[in-house]
Amino acid sequence: MEHHRHDVVVVGAGIAGLYAAMKAGESADVAVLSKIYPTRSHSGAAQGGCAAALGNETEDNWEWHFYDTVRGSDYLGDQDAQELLVKEAIPVMYEMEHLGVPFSRTPDGKIAQRKFGGHFGQFGKAPVQRSCYAADRTGHAQLHCLYEQSLKCGVRFYNEFLVVSLMIEDGVCHGVIALEIRTGMLHAFWARAVMLATGGYARAWKVTSNAHANTGDGLSLVLGHGIPLEDMEFVQFHPTGLYPIGILVSEAARGEGGYIFNKDGERFMKKYAEAKMELAPRDVVSRAETTEINEGRGIDGADYIHLDLTHLGADKILERLPQVHELVFKFAGVDCIKEPIPIRPTAHYSMGGIPTDLDTRVLLDGRETPVEGLYASGECACVSNHGANRLGTNSTLEAAVFGRRGGMAMAEFVKEKGPVVVGTAIPTQHVEDEVAHYRAHEGKERASVVRGELQDAMQNLCGVFRDEEKLSKLVAKIADLQERFEHVGLQDKSKVFNTELNELVELKHMLDFCEVIAKSALARQECRGAHWRTDFSGRDDEKWHKHTLAFKEKDGSLRFEYKPVVITKYPPEARKY
Amino acid sequence: MERQFKVFRYDPESSKKPYFQTYTVDVQKSWTILDALNAIKWEQDGSLSYRRSCRHGICGSCAMKINGKNELACELQVFTLKGVIKVEPLPGFEVLRDLVTDMDRFFGHIEAVKPWLIAGLSPTDKERLQSPEDRKKLDGLYECILCGACTSSCPSYWSNDDFLGPAALLKAARYCFDTRDEGFHERMDVLNSRNGLWRCHTIFNCVEACPKDLNPTEAIVRLRARLAAEKI
Repeated sequence: MEHHRHDVVVVGAGIAGLYAAMKAGESADVAVLSKIYPTRSHSGAAQGGCAAALGNETEDNWEWHFYDTVRGSDYLGDQDAQELLVKEAIPVMYEMEHLGVPFSRTPDGKIAQRKFGGHFGQFGKAPVQRSCYAADRTGHAQLHCLYEQSLKCGVRFYNEFLVVSLMIEDGVCHGVIALEIRTGMLHAFWARAVMLATGGYARAWKVTSNAHANTGDGLSLVLGHGIPLEDMEFVQFHPTGLYPIGILVSEAARGEGGYIFNKDGERFMKKYAEAKMELAPRDVVSRAETTEINEGRGIDGADYIHLDLTHLGADKILERLPQVHELVFKFAGVDCIKEPIPIRPTAHYSMGGIPTDLDTRVLLDGRETPVEGLYASGECACVSNHGANRLGTNSTLEAAVFGRRGGMAMAEFVKEKGPVVVGTAIPTQHVEDEVAHYRAHEGKERASVVRGELQDAMQNLCGVFRDEEKLSKLVAKIADLQERFEHVGLQDKSKVFNTELNELVELKHMLDFCEVIAKSALARQECRGAHWRTDFSGRDDEKWHKHTLAFKEKDGSLRFEYKPVVITKYPPEARKY
Repeated sequence: MERQFKVFRYDPESSKKPYFQTYTVDVQKSWTILDALNAIKWEQDGSLSYRRSCRHGICGSCAMKINGKNELACELQVFTLKGVIKVEPLPGFEVLRDLVTDMDRFFGHIEAVKPWLIAGLSPTDKERLQSPEDRKKLDGLYECILCGACTSSCPSYWSNDDFLGPAALLKAARYCFDTRDEGFHERMDVLNSRNGLWRCHTIFNCVEACPKDLNPTEAIVRLRARLAAEKI
């Protein structure tokens, strides 16, 4: 095994990982490990924008953004984190402009801003233009800019390295072990600080907006070290996934004025969110769409509805939504200037994840005790900004704000502690054995079949609407798939670019965290945000206004604890749009 | 509907020379080439190796040569092609395995043009101002997904892979034509070097290859004009 030493190792190269690398790279020796080339990261698929109350187009201030984020989260977000998020949004957005992000502009040359679901002025009144955008390629523009800035800072990139293990001993993280995909060799990376920025995990669903790479690798890595996962039952379904494949049609389409219709040509959101209509938060719109479809009002009775932009006109569509126009044409053969777009909810974003404090330090007990030297930010982390439901444009914002905070915190920690010492007595042999075991996997099962059945089960049993019967079935199904995983055979025996091996490792991660999602969802007996139980009526603040913490015990079973939500300003109230 | 795919295979660990393997796939309507490759890998032959991630043309992972043309596998629909479909790795790059090529040199060339904003102090508590007209100058430049389809199609690059290539030069243009940037002189040595702007022979292969309909040749020509103007 080859050994490397850096002050800081960042795992994952999306907006969160790169912001952290760039910030830490100002003073420390930083390496980024990514299983794909950094610019391939899924942050680049973010389209509609990044929220900050700049007030460039309409009057705005961070307190309104704060209120919207709290309400959007169905009061499950931690308000200390949420306040930081919306306050720091403003300097961070300016910093990104200074770094070179090519934001669209207002006539007077400021960063352009558009409306988005769930964002309002005057504490929930009229929609406000808060989403800072670069046409509808905002994530792409930010991701490339941060990658380029990281190069400028001298960050060392190890591209196409798949992290397979964390070196944690006695509550201290000393680094990671990664598989070099190109050679099949294992490498140990010793570091004073490690940040997990491995992104989301909606690949576990059959219909998803997520990339193939989004397999939640960081989550099961920490779970195996006794670190809990927080609020995993909260997974967002985006209301406008392109039918049938589920890729994203930006919420910017509704922000710019798009309507959604059922088969009767009815703008049905008036029944579900009379005041805010299409600009209600995503959980509300996805439930409305699913109800319409379930009650037979999908287009032609099928399981999709229409997003209509035709009234916006060609000029506005081509200037503000060029990527939407390109995508729906290429993938659905629809010219959205002339005809409506077929859409349905698609698994999109993970609100839960690895519990951290405000400086992104991973919490061993999920509450207050950090693992020394281990950090997490972006979608794989749960600080918790988004609680039970995230607002559109708050995700790239979280990745930027908390990636940046994490980068600064790690640099500070390295300064304090000095460089890491290589080769403290951490056994690495078991990782070599584990990978050898994967390689030697023989059996009749195919990873693709097991994965396909998992995705079908998550889709049918853990979607927009859930109940005890479905979730119990899902728990049993996952146990069965975990057993079958042991009999999956590997056809590819090569060490060079063995992507079948990668998929096997990723499938193991997916089975691990899906078990946590299913059991967390079964345990939570209420409706809150994206977690909607049809066998319970409404939110139950008395019993369930608390975060889920799922721990993996030594015997492999899960143990649940709950911790209180941080309330600094807004106690739970009824949530109506 | 059954379709045949003739796919390039190579494993440096095996003693076999590179060869083509033919697979028959039951293709569904609206499938892309990537869907077909996935079906091969997941249902027939787990040893087939290729890169893929976003599957909607924004991450740039899956550029490959399909029926003789550089394409994104995730965007190209199977029904648009006739007969047996030939799938090969990007030309001009070293093949690591099957459809996977070495992209390190490509990304190294991107880095060589200093692809970051070079500018003086910015206002501390506000954004820099840029008019919508000035921002428009970046359209057609900033959308590049670094898939490599253009550089891989460039005969000048085939004959000399020290040539920065169309993707890196397009990236240089993205910064040089940003009205916020002051780094043209700092980049000039690289752009004006023997492996820079002048090695492009305006063959326009890159324009044809770009899956995002960008025009690297035009960007190169505009950079040359600027270089000439600045030198005078």
